[in-house]
Order: sequence, then structure tokens, then C-alpha cells
Amino acid sequence: MNLSSGVDQATLNEIVGHFGQYGGRFVPEALIGALDQLEAAHQAAKNDPLFQAELAELHRTYTGRPSILTEAKRFAEHAGGARIFLKREDLNHTGSHKINNVLGQALLTKRMGKKRIIAETGAGQHGVASATAAALMGLECVIYMGEEDTKRQALNVARMKLLGAEVVPVTQGSKTLKDAINEAMRDWVTNVESTHYLLGTVAGPHPFPEMVRDFHRVIGVEARAQILEETGRLPDAILACVGGGSNAIGIFHPFIDDSSVRLIGLEAGGSGIDSGKHAATISGGTPGVLHGTRTYVLQDENGQTVESHSISAGLDYPGVGPEHAYLHDIGRAEYRAINDDQAMEAFALLSRTEGIIPAIETAHALAGALIVGRELGPDALLLINLSGRGDKDVQTAAQYFGIPL
Amino acid sequence: MSYSTPLSELFLRTKSENRAALIGYLPAGFPTIAGSEKVIAAMVEGGVDAVEIGFPYSDPVMDGPVIQDAAEQSLKNGTGAKDVFNLLASTTALGVPGVVMTYWNPIERYGVDAFAQSLKNAGGSGVITPDLTIEESQKWASAAMANEINRIYVVAPSTSDKRMPLVTQQCSGFIYAASLMGVTGTRNSVSGDARELVTRIRETSSLPVAVGLGVSNATQAHEVAAYADGVIVGSAFIRLVQENSDIDAACAAVKTLASSLSEGVRRD
Ligand SMILES: Cc1ncc(COP(=O)(O)O)c(C=O)c1O
Repeated sequence: MNLSSGVDQATLNEIVGHFGQYGGRFVPEALIGALDQLEAAHQAAKNDPLFQAELAELHRTYTGRPSILTEAKRFAEHAGGARIFLKREDLNHTGSHKINNVLGQALLTKRMGKKRIIAETGAGQHGVASATAAALMGLECVIYMGEEDTKRQALNVARMKLLGAEVVPVTQGSKTLKDAINEAMRDWVTNVESTHYLLGTVAGPHPFPEMVRDFHRVIGVEARAQILEETGRLPDAILACVGGGSNAIGIFHPFIDDSSVRLIGLEAGGSGIDSGKHAATISGGTPGVLHGTRTYVLQDENGQTVESHSISAGLDYPGVGPEHAYLHDIGRAEYRAINDDQAMEAFALLSRTEGIIPAIETAHALAGALIVGRELGPDALLLINLSGRGDKDVQTAAQYFGIPL
Repeated sequence: MSYSTPLSELFLRTKSENRAALIGYLPAGFPTIAGSEKVIAAMVEGGVDAVEIGFPYSDPVMDGPVIQDAAEQSLKNGTGAKDVFNLLASTTALGVPGVVMTYWNPIERYGVDAFAQSLKNAGGSGVITPDLTIEESQKWASAAMANEINRIYVVAPSTSDKRMPLVTQQCSGFIYAASLMGVTGTRNSVSGDARELVTRIRETSSLPVAVGLGVSNATQAHEVAAYADGVIVGSAFIRLVQENSDIDAACAAVKTLASSLSEGVRRD
């Protein structure tokens, strides 16, 4: 150890998770103990067959795993004739991939002897999943949600309350997801003894990016076996929408060593990157620190976080998981921006060609497939993570398409 | 390799005077860019020994509602790095040590070496970094040492015995003891955890220890001064500015509080 300039950095880098120059921990010292505890609990659970069996059983009997693979033949006609398969995370209990992570962390909460969970939510999907797990496991549950979002997503607020959770509208800052995370972190700093912060995506300080990824890897593990069985080969490209990046890393990760498989993340381009009104953090942001991790951030010249914009509340976040920042920089994954109109067009197309109404978040991945399919041609095989269903978005979509309610 | 700063000299002086140092906090650019200079002058006239200038940040997770609101107002005023350093320069010109309190991202954005250099040029003694963990601090440590400024980390009641010396060995100038598990803001009483935390810190370091979070009046300041080398007061000053929309009235109230706190930090 070198006392003049500090602790041996190589040693510490190993302790504290980094993805290249990204990741790490930028948090108040008060949280270090809890993060260490969580990391230890996660590592122990990872290597504990009993924990893994308990989680697998929950997924089988409660989540509804494995989720199926659906071939989207009529949709594919609009994508240059490529073969397209959808990994149906929309069929999970509570309607999205979010439940994979939530059940894992809720089990860990019980193992750590904590009785209270807190969570942030934007669209309300992670909040609903968290409230659901809390009800199932008898945990107290407080959900922080930006005041703007509580208005936009009133139905999900009611769902969370029906499930027994307390929903706290956050009135600070931009009153959206970013501020809900700030408020959840303040609660955690204050109540860390009794409380687990059930973060909903692969962002935040170590061990969250790694742990949340591990809980979502099941998507990619299942999909890999399923697509091999259906087609006898690996896909040419895998597409997923990227907000914080949890559904994307979940399906990407088991394919990272398959160099023939392109990994393509679709970010929310809002009104277009040039307009400045978007949430495409990798495509339009710069490296910085937000919510405890170093990653790409939408920020101004003083390092202040800039508000993001997207028609999709679940992608409306000015940061992104650090592992995506890393995969981007080393060239293993590509990230593209899909603007609101492109996403809504794909939303309508999937609904009408396949009878599946996707979440607007997911529609960004579908729009990406329409473009990539045409680029690759009719021999291509695409796998899309259908991260969630669109029930929650009916009002937004009706408004967008001018359907009277 | 050790160097002295106006801040480290202050703690030698207050020790010889058998009292704790009184450190006042204000976000730069609050209530306005010109107003923050006036409020700090009032603090100093009232008897504040050192000033901690906040770099307002969009996502202040260690701060309670009072400082959040002040930071938000300051950002609306357009406060940037230049304003922070200007205020630091005008503060240190008053003859008191000045430090900047900032979340990490503004430093990284400004440039780590450049930030340390600008701070030094403005006569600053050091930087308090509430969300920079020691694990991530290598670059900052080099930049701070090259510019002979202090690195002040926050230690919490939850910091383990094993970790404590790792953090305190990284500090210089003083060690910031967060009196409780929570965010900034005034409290009716100072947590009993504070005294125990200061004791635990002293087992690992001979640096001065200053206590922050929750101190708002002379009685509390007196209580803390009995066992700590410095008392940090922020939200209580900010509240006075928020309650007095007239800047001169605000400054008068700030000066009165500062002189009362300054009595408080003298030991019996
Ligand atoms: C259906 C769906 N997909 C994707 C996301 C975005 O999150 P992530 O990027 O972490 O998968 C959300 C978030 O609310 C969602 O509800």
C-alpha cells in the first residue's frame, strides 16, 4: 500500500466492480457498508444452489418462466424479409422483464434480514413489480416516483397502492425518474439498517450493475437454447431497447463470447438527437458520473445532469448502465437512437401484424429491427427482446394516434 | 510531503485558543450570484472562522430539502464553475480559509487537475467531496497534492472499524464527521452517534475532526465543540436567507447567528 497517494488502486479496482473505466462507486461513505453487505449477499447467493433453486422455482410457478419465443412472420415482411424471433418477456407476471430482477433482490433482502424495500420508478413497471414482490414476501414497500410521472401513469400508481405499497411523489428537480432515484438514495442513506434499495436497472453503484445483470441473464440463457432449437443456429443480431439497460444486458450477456452475433441496443432518440430533446445517453452523451457510477451521461459544460426526453417513460433517463458504456467503447455492442415517431410506427406495426401490443420502450427495439433487417437482408436471423407489454401505454398511444378515449 | 494550508493553520490557532473552529456553508450563487458574496461577508463579520462554498449540483443525494432548494435556485441563476471560484477568491480575500464542497461530476467535467489548480489560484485550502469514495480517488489525490490543497472526505457512523483508517489516511486539513445517518438539514438535537464517531476517528488519525449535519444553534455548537475541533453549519444559515427575501435583512440575521454560534464553539 502506498500511503502518500492512497490505497493500491489495482487491488481496489478488483474489489469494486469496474467495466473498463466505467462503473465503480461514487456514493456517500454512509452507503459503503450496505453496498459491501449486498455484494457479499449476492456473491453468496450466486454460489448457493439452494438460493438458485428457490429463485428458479419462483420463476417457474410465479413469473411464468421460461418465457416463450415467438416468430414474427408478418412483422418480418416489413424488415427486409429477415427471420425475426421475439423473446416474450411481456408474458411474465406484471408484464415485463423487471420481475426477474425484483424477485432476485427481494429474496436477497430477506437473506440480509431486512424488512423494508424502497424503489424508484418512472413508468411504474419497476414500481409495480417491486410492490408485487413485497406483497408476496411480506415486506414493507415504499416507491419513489416523480410527481410528473405519477400524473402520467396514474393507473400504475393505483396498482402499486392496491398491492399495499406506499407511493411517494417526488417534487424535487425535474420531478421524473432521475429525481425519484435521488430521493430513494436519500431514504437509503437515512434508513440503511432496515432497508434495501431495490434498484430497477443495471445502473447505480457496484454491485448493482453486476447483480441486476445476473438476475436478468436468464433471458439470454433461455433465448440462446430456444433459438438454437428452433433454427439450429445463432442469430445474426440481437436487439433490445436501452433505458438503464437491464433487459438489453440480460439478453446480450450470454452471447458476448459469440463474436458472430451482433448486439444492438436501441436508445430513445426522443424528438431527434439534434433537437437536444432525447434520452439517447450513449449516442448523444459524454462520460461522467451519475447516481453512483461512471458511465455516459447527458450533461452540460458544468457537469450538471441535463433532463432527458422520450415518449417512453421507461427510457426517459439521462444515464445508462456502465457495462453498456464499456461494451460500446470496446466495440462489442452498437447503440443507435430511435426517435419517438419511429418507435410509435413500430408499436402500431407489431400490434397489427402480430396481435401483440408492445410497451413503447420495447417498440424502440422493434423499430431498430425494421432498420437492421433491411440492412442485413432476407437471410438474416434477428432476435428481439420483447421486454414488456403495452397495456400501460394504451392512453399514451391512443393520444398519439388520435383515438378518442 | 506535508504542506500547510490556511485551513490547517486555522485549526492550530483554534486549538491554542481552546475552542473549535466554526465553519459556515453556503452554495455559490445563492440567493443570487452577487448575494452569495454578501451573505458570506456577513458570516465572516459574525465570526465564522472558515467558509465552505457549495458547488450547486443537479443531483445532490447527500442533501436535505433546504440545501436542495438553495442549489436549485442557484442553478436557475446560472451558477457555474467560474462563479464558484470567483466567490472563493472574494471569500479568501476576507482573510478566512475557504474550501469548496462539491459532488464529483463537476470536478471530472471541469478536469481533475484543472479544478485543483483553479481552486489553488483562488486561494482555496481544499475540497470536500461527499460522494468520492477512496476507491475512486487516485487521480484526485495526485492533483490535490500537486497543488498543495487539502482533501476532505466524509466519514459516517456506519464506516466500519476496518475501513476507517483507510479513509482517514486519505484525508488532509480535517476529517468531516457526518453526525448521523442521513442527509443535510437542521435537527432538534445533534445525534449521540457524533461523539462516538469522533472518538473512533481519533483512534486512527491525529488530524482535526469537524462535525457536520444537524447543527443549527449555539447550544448544539457548544455541545459539539466539547469533543470536536470544528463545527460545520449550513442549513441553518440557508434557512435565514430563504426566510428573508430582503438581502440586507438576510445578512443581518446571518451575522447574528454567526456571532451566537461563534460564542458557542468556545469551550468552558
Ligand atoms: C417494458 C420495459 N422495457 C424496458 C424498460 C427500460 O429499462 P431497461 O433499459 O433497464 O431494460 C422498461 C422500464 O421501465 C420497461 O418497462
